[in-house]
Amino acid sequence: MSETGIGARVKRVEDFRFLTGKGNYTDDINRPDQTYAYILRSPHAHAKINRIDTGAAKSAPGVVAVFTGADVEEVGGLPCGWQIHSKDGSPMAEPKHPLMVADKVRHVGDQVAIVIAETYDQAKDAAGLIEVDYEELPAVVSMPEATGGNSSLVHDDVTNNVCYDWELGDKAAVDAAFDKAAKVTTIDLTNQRMIANAMEPRAAVGEYNAATGEYTLYTTSQNPHVIRLLMGAFVLGIPEHKLRVVAPDVGGGFGSKIFHYAEEALVTWASGQIKRPIKWTAERSESFMSDAQGRDHVTHAELAMDDQGNFLALRVSTLANMGAYLSTFASSVPTYLYATLLAGVYTTPVIYAEVKAVFTNTVPVDAYRGAGRPECTYLLERLVDKAARETGIDRAEIRRKNMIQADQFPYQTPVALQYDVGNYPACFDSALKASDYDGFTQRKVQSEANGKLRGIGISTYIEACGIAPSAVAGALGARAGLYESAQVRVHPTGSVTVFTGTHSHGQGHETTFSQIISEAFGVPIENVEISHGDTDKVQFGMGTYGSRSLAVGGSAIAKACDKIIVKATKIAAHMLEASEADIEFKDGKFTVAGTDKELGFGDVALQAYVPHNYPIEELEPGLDENAFYDPLNFSYPSGCHICEVEVDPDTGVVEVAKFTAVDDVGRVINPMIVEGQVHGGVAQGIGQALLETAVYDDDGQLLTGSYMDYTMPRADDVPSYTVGQQSVMGASNPLEVKGVGEVGAIGSPPAVINAVLNALEPLGVQDIAMPATPRKVWQAIQGAQVAQAAE
Amino acid sequence: MYNFNYQKASSVADATGKVAAADDGTFLAGGQTLLPTIKQRLANPSDVVDLAGIGELVGIADDGNTVTIGAMTTHAAVAGSDVVKSKIPALAALADGIGDPQVRNRGTIGGSVANNDPAADYPAACLGLGATIVTDKREIAADDFFTGMFETALAEGELITAVKFPVPQKAAYQKFPNPASRYAIVGVFVAQTGGGPRVAVTGAGQDGVFRQADMEQALGNGWNADAVGGVSVSQSGLNEDIHAGADYRAHLIGVMAKRAVAAT
Repeated sequence: MSETGIGARVKRVEDFRFLTGKGNYTDDINRPDQTYAYILRSPHAHAKINRIDTGAAKSAPGVVAVFTGADVEEVGGLPCGWQIHSKDGSPMAEPKHPLMVADKVRHVGDQVAIVIAETYDQAKDAAGLIEVDYEELPAVVSMPEATGGNSSLVHDDVTNNVCYDWELGDKAAVDAAFDKAAKVTTIDLTNQRMIANAMEPRAAVGEYNAATGEYTLYTTSQNPHVIRLLMGAFVLGIPEHKLRVVAPDVGGGFGSKIFHYAEEALVTWASGQIKRPIKWTAERSESFMSDAQGRDHVTHAELAMDDQGNFLALRVSTLANMGAYLSTFASSVPTYLYATLLAGVYTTPVIYAEVKAVFTNTVPVDAYRGAGRPECTYLLERLVDKAARETGIDRAEIRRKNMIQADQFPYQTPVALQYDVGNYPACFDSALKASDYDGFTQRKVQSEANGKLRGIGISTYIEACGIAPSAVAGALGARAGLYESAQVRVHPTGSVTVFTGTHSHGQGHETTFSQIISEAFGVPIENVEISHGDTDKVQFGMGTYGSRSLAVGGSAIAKACDKIIVKATKIAAHMLEASEADIEFKDGKFTVAGTDKELGFGDVALQAYVPHNYPIEELEPGLDENAFYDPLNFSYPSGCHICEVEVDPDTGVVEVAKFTAVDDVGRVINPMIVEGQVHGGVAQGIGQALLETAVYDDDGQLLTGSYMDYTMPRADDVPSYTVGQQSVMGASNPLEVKGVGEVGAIGSPPAVINAVLNALEPLGVQDIAMPATPRKVWQAIQGAQVAQAAE
Repeated sequence: MYNFNYQKASSVADATGKVAAADDGTFLAGGQTLLPTIKQRLANPSDVVDLAGIGELVGIADDGNTVTIGAMTTHAAVAGSDVVKSKIPALAALADGIGDPQVRNRGTIGGSVANNDPAADYPAACLGLGATIVTDKREIAADDFFTGMFETALAEGELITAVKFPVPQKAAYQKFPNPASRYAIVGVFVAQTGGGPRVAVTGAGQDGVFRQADMEQALGNGWNADAVGGVSVSQSGLNEDIHAGADYRAHLIGVMAKRAVAAT
């Protein structure tokens, strides 16, 4: 291993600029003659627009232009990238998602008008002069009510507000297994709606160049090429050679910046109308009501077992909230990113899942860190814990006895996926040991002496990431393959620029990818630059989500490195006057086997560009290679998370006392970054388990529309973590990596809630919904006491 | 934000004069509530008169049995004051628990008391200690000062100049914070004063801070945590929101009062 190569705990090279305020974010970009946009948003969840009068706004000071839904009726709607078919074979309902609405608003925050002025305050003042005559309609908020047959309709032509009614698995086999089961455990759960809350609010700058006819969009995106493709081809009709999309430094995404948003298309389109650049930056309140939100499932599930507690079958029925419109990947989240993981790490032989996706008058829902897999894991691990309680089998034991064993790989699940490699029992045992599971009773006694109830909770998980093997994704309905591209350019003096189609918005790609180069070429990472986020620089890319950047994008880089070495070896052979077969490349040096003849990597690079003596007849000069990589399979990180909580029975306050995560993430490029990803993901998972929730009232008003009411996890809400790895090297890509971006958020919520329920078990509490806020815990304790008193 | 005239006052008289002369003037103390409110366009004053330059409003004086805190003294200054820490440690601890370091270094006692946010901490200390609010015109007993949610006895244009706290025999404050905002869902200040036990509750009441008479009576019979914890607290008049219902608040008043007494 070189000092800055694969496996080295290298400090993040991007942090100097971030920590010293030298980052370059979208809102930092200012173009000559720039104007500012304010988006007028609906205050109502559901209302007909009878009339909009923009006269006063148009003549307000500083106003350049005002546009409304009527002006963009000819422009395309925001497309959805994944088509799902219902049980009956019919395609999902895909109502138009307009840039601005002309007929009726469908959620609080829906775009009604854009006001463009010389300053932001002028635009905002003028927006206050727009008169909109709304006729309020009953809001569709609750999913059971939305699908009940008597509901108001979010989209007039979508019956019962059902986007699709989808299924996966062998229903007849599952029903038969349930008929024979000795024991059935059932559970009803809500996986609550979350708001991503990236530190940097969304922003976009659109610029039209009248001289060339070119458009440029600067935007807070996790995937600029995808935005260029979707916006150019489906919304605005701008060909790629006339459209550049730049996603500069981006301050966090967590999924919410994957999607193509109306504001991006609006500032781009409007810049062409007014022939001046336009900047829009969301206020935090706008983020709450316009960034795609996450999760929001209501699920009923049943687990069939034999009399020994062996899992026989799983039956799952889920309502998944889409919000008011289909966001870019919304349809795939509760289907192929959710139900396909329902085997978890267990050998359940038959599984059937049905998922109804529902439109409501709420902000659109889409992928949020983990996307479907946290919902699946939460369901499974709550259900398994309940099964353990009901059968009287120890919680660790029931998991262990149903676990896929190390010699069963590749393992074909009954829900489409084939797990490539893994060793779940090893991970499980390692986590139990690292958490001192056996010492829990002693810690519980200590807590009790302090008046606290202590509980311990276990969760195992598996996820499919490294999205995605393109043929598989295509067969499942993805409207694009999910290759990734890389270009590795070795400069004449041996320094290297890598162009990657993935995008870093906090993950540390500039460090991790540099380490791949350092390892491949034997150069220090100081000699490597990672370029991403600009469609004019990078040939193509599908971006960063689904823990794909390293597994897919990193593999493309590795593949391009291989090509570089093949070519450089040829050049070295010519220079050293040796046969190509006799050249060895190691630690940055080309040597002729059995001799002391050698050349440095930089020497060869120089000769590739400015040679005096070069095999020009046989070989092009230059050392610059492209590669596209399509993974063989998803990668399957897995792990076991164990949480201990202390509950204050007087107030209901839950404190996370101890958290252990042992994950299998395959090969680790930078241990510090991997640990950081786990820490952040677990903090987000603890946030979901104990703190965060988006609450809408019956009128569709978002009650948690600011940090006064939406509880983000803070430093004092999380413990010092114990993080470790028990990894089997990945088998689906040349780097042997699996992905780590989402594991923390996937594995942790059920571990926390199982711990809370374990702590409250002596009081008779059997269920609690996320987030387990102090009030909810207190209410659960009160409820159990009342129930016990009645017995 | 809407535009407004910014004016800097050099003295108390200058400040009140400038506000009186404005169409719709307002004092700016630490700005921890006013500025976010203006930023969100929820307030639209014509003139904002900044009190930050008025030296006479800053400082902490020890008069033996009374600690007098100038209206423009920051929470951080109160929390760090040797006088407050030795004479009324509960008050220093309360100030140290307001908001976060940024808030404590800008926010002031006068601003907090004048605003009378129903979830603020200082009103509980004022009421719990039987403080006197000093203004440019008069002195007002805390019992008469806090008149409702965001309502006080202050007249139009009247400016708080200081708060006088009688030194108690013992006192403590316990806060149950809102998990999101960290304001008090329930905060209970208990004190054994020359006039007997006082128990003030913030965060819970629909009309803002209030005294809990039953608990004061219980403490009058003997200063002991169990006595106060056993008092039945009515849910009537308590707040309901997505974080806590009236039942939970009533329960927490008991728990926080008990813990406060136990902490003295």
